[in-house]
Amino acid sequence: MRIVVLVKQVPDTAAQIQIKPDGSGIVEEGLKYILNPYDEFAVEEAVRLKEKISSSELFVLTVGLERTKEILRTCIAVGADQAVLILEEGEPLDPFSTAELLAKKIESLHPDLILSGKQAADDDMAYIGGAVAQRLNFPFVSVVTQVEILENGKKAKIKRQIEGGEEIIEVDLPCVLSAQKGLNEPRYPSLAGMMKAKKKEIEVIKAADLVPDIRKFARTKLERLQPVPVRPAGKILQGSPEKMVKDLVRFLKDEEKVI
Amino acid sequence: MTLPQQEIPKGGSFLIQETEPSSVFTPEDFTEDQKLIAQTARDFMNREAVPKLEQIESQNWEVILGLMRKAGELGLLSIDIPEEYGGLGLDKTSSMLISENMAKVGSFAVTHGGHTGIGTLPIVYFGTEEQKKKYLPKFATGEWISSYSLTEPDSGSDALSIKTSATLSQDGKTYLLNGSKSFLTNAGIADVYITFAKIDGEKMTGFIVEKGLSGIQLGKEEKKMGIKGSSTRTVILENVSVPAENVLGEIGKGHKIAFNILNMGRFKLGAGVIGGAKQVITDAAQYAKQRKQFQKAISEFGMIKEMLGEMGIRAFVGESMVYRTAGLIDRIAQKSDGKNPQISLSGIEEYAIECSIIKVYATEILSYVTDQAVQIFGGYGFMEEYPVARAYRDSRINRIFEGTNEINRLLMIGMLLKRGMEGKIPLLQAAQKAASELTEGSPPEESSDLFSHETWLLRNCKKLLLFAASLAFQKYGTQLEEEEELIERLSNMLMEIYAMESLILRVKKRLEKQKDKIELYSALVNCFLNDTILRMEVLGKQVFAAVSEGDMLRIALTALRKWLKHNPVNTIPLRRKIADAIIESGVYCF
Ligand SMILES: Cc1cc2nc3c(=O)[nH]c(=O)nc-3n(C[C@H](O)[C@H](O)[C@H](O)COP(=O)(O)OP(=O)(O)OC[C@H]3O[C@@H](n4cnc5c(N)ncnc54)[C@H](O)[C@@H]3O)c2cc1C
Repeated sequence: MRIVVLVKQVPDTAAQIQIKPDGSGIVEEGLKYILNPYDEFAVEEAVRLKEKISSSELFVLTVGLERTKEILRTCIAVGADQAVLILEEGEPLDPFSTAELLAKKIESLHPDLILSGKQAADDDMAYIGGAVAQRLNFPFVSVVTQVEILENGKKAKIKRQIEGGEEIIEVDLPCVLSAQKGLNEPRYPSLAGMMKAKKKEIEVIKAADLVPDIRKFARTKLERLQPVPVRPAGKILQGSPEKMVKDLVRFLKDEEKVI
Repeated sequence: MTLPQQEIPKGGSFLIQETEPSSVFTPEDFTEDQKLIAQTARDFMNREAVPKLEQIESQNWEVILGLMRKAGELGLLSIDIPEEYGGLGLDKTSSMLISENMAKVGSFAVTHGGHTGIGTLPIVYFGTEEQKKKYLPKFATGEWISSYSLTEPDSGSDALSIKTSATLSQDGKTYLLNGSKSFLTNAGIADVYITFAKIDGEKMTGFIVEKGLSGIQLGKEEKKMGIKGSSTRTVILENVSVPAENVLGEIGKGHKIAFNILNMGRFKLGAGVIGGAKQVITDAAQYAKQRKQFQKAISEFGMIKEMLGEMGIRAFVGESMVYRTAGLIDRIAQKSDGKNPQISLSGIEEYAIECSIIKVYATEILSYVTDQAVQIFGGYGFMEEYPVARAYRDSRINRIFEGTNEINRLLMIGMLLKRGMEGKIPLLQAAQKAASELTEGSPPEESSDLFSHETWLLRNCKKLLLFAASLAFQKYGTQLEEEEELIERLSNMLMEIYAMESLILRVKKRLEKQKDKIELYSALVNCFLNDTILRMEVLGKQVFAAVSEGDMLRIALTALRKWLKHNPVNTIPLRRKIADAIIESGVYCF
């Protein structure tokens, strides 16, 4: 079975994100980057399938910068066989263009299964899985919590969580699945794995070489980022209980106008 | 005398020559690989071990063994094992970084260290090909756990006095072992005991004793003050029949194994305890920031800042010493591309003095840091619910095992004198030179060189120790061994010198490359040097008073005054600056 996992490098979820004053993006200095946590579930699932199904091959694919190689190495360290970086060093692409690049490369890999995280922890768009499926005309199942390959890799049985229960779906392969937390418990790289990953060649393709007029595919444009307005400080009422009750009622009625 | 960069300095030579900042290894020089390895160890501890703290501390062996196997899967047991035996065969700095990060749970660090260090290394360094093939791959995965079995009820510090006997059977195929071993780390979970016994009552020899042989009996788990989640038991050997091929190393050369492995253990322990100190500083800083009294965070009080600042300084100094030494050993090991364990063994042997220094100095740093951390936590620090009570209890053993700090103090001075007498380092010439400079010693003119005054002081501290030691030697000759109180003071001076020098070199090297935070890093140097010079003065006076009198004493004291001429620095704002950096970031931040 040929499996492709789509991954993204995102700022460490524990990091304090600062927005640039002009709202064009975030301040990148000193920021630590990690493999998108939801993608970890996708990679782990792919590695497990690979371990179960003999003669499988596992590709990881990303669009990013030179530094994005780091997450590809992490994926190789836990079991990916091949890693491809589609290098785009200009302005960040819109998700539609990103999906176009990924789909273009995926076509040449002829996969049976494509996995991604359910969303990226930085922009929370939850867009790529669906867009790639659409572009390749593959079925798409999102927010997956269990995967079972059936009939020699022709179909898969999928569990996904829905409000108050679980949905069980059978889907034809090739398909695109997006991974939800709970799908598995991702392993983390062993030192031997990391040593191996360091030596492994990563395939780098320039975005422009893959899709020459990629910018034309954009359908959305980032207008600006802005911080969430700061919450005003709380008020502490003081004095006798009677006075505080009075003040509170007046405050709720006249100032906040909630009663 | 300044070393050309590529020349590898001799062990102990730091006392008699100067070192260039560019030639020392510092934490700022960690490679990407080394950082990744540290990160792996850190992640493992945070994700796997810390959540199981309760189970570890209540000696749930299944959980503890599970953690060891998981560590094995990740490669955290394989750093020192050569690749051909299932290990990673990496450098000692990497090995130290793992030890450092294991310290988050003291008990587990001891289980891990007992296995990967003193448990595994005897076979790495002294095993036959068959022994390596048989044991090391299983040690690397954690499938088998190893225990180092030297101490006996009547033989602790005096390790050569062990009584356990080994007698060759008539057919020459087995040895019968009899005796009892005490306080063995990992005894209860071990599959293999690296056991030292004497053949014919005199030839100290190592044996690989497998669990399950008939005649092996384990004592009860000891009830300990700290590291409660590690196994410590007695092993009684009664006519245990060990195959002759399980002799480790040469017959009669067991002491070589025992002492070399302890050197290695000391060196790793140094990194471990500095990791512990850094963790405790972080805990204390976090607590001090959020605990309010008198409507203020207690971190705003001067005395709390004083504690945090000093804790930070000492941990930084310890860290500088530990990785400087790791770098030295790795430089020797690099000659063989890490492939030949014998060469890294010769590295450990070469720097045995430095290993002892690190063991003593770093474990005493940890004791200081944990003690102050309990103080910062106040009453809560006394409660087991908070992390510092455990850290405080766990820290105490470090000054006792791997050679007590007293034994290591004796060793470092003994080895230094021995190296001098054997001509391995020109100690005598250096001492004579110091004596000839008794009357020299005005401070250099104001210089724009960074830390020129501190470097001058350091140089003079070396003269001071050399001169003090030579007076002591003149008075007592070979009987000096009996004058332990003097040796203790000389060893304290030796350690302070290694500490000051490692600190200055590290900060100089950092500031040559990175210009930010000059004031903060200078504060570390100025504060530590100021206080250490005061300590050196006391030590120097005590030694001189003990070994000389009359005119000689007067000359010595005059020299001391000149050599240590130093206008006291106002360390209050400096220490505050260091404390503020720790408080602001909420972690050990250097
Ligand atoms: C938790 C724990 C784990 C251990 N793990 C292991 C292990 O895995 N394997 C193993 O073989 N051993 C192990 N040990 C034993 C440990 O190495 C010894 O306890 C240690 O070497 C000290 O020996 P001792 O306890 O007999 O003390 P002693 O040697 O009796 O020392 C008592 C005191 O006298 C001092 N002293 C002794 N000789 C001198 C001297 N010449 N000059 C000045 N002072 C001196 C000591 O410094 C100490 O302060 C462990 C011990 C403990 C507590």
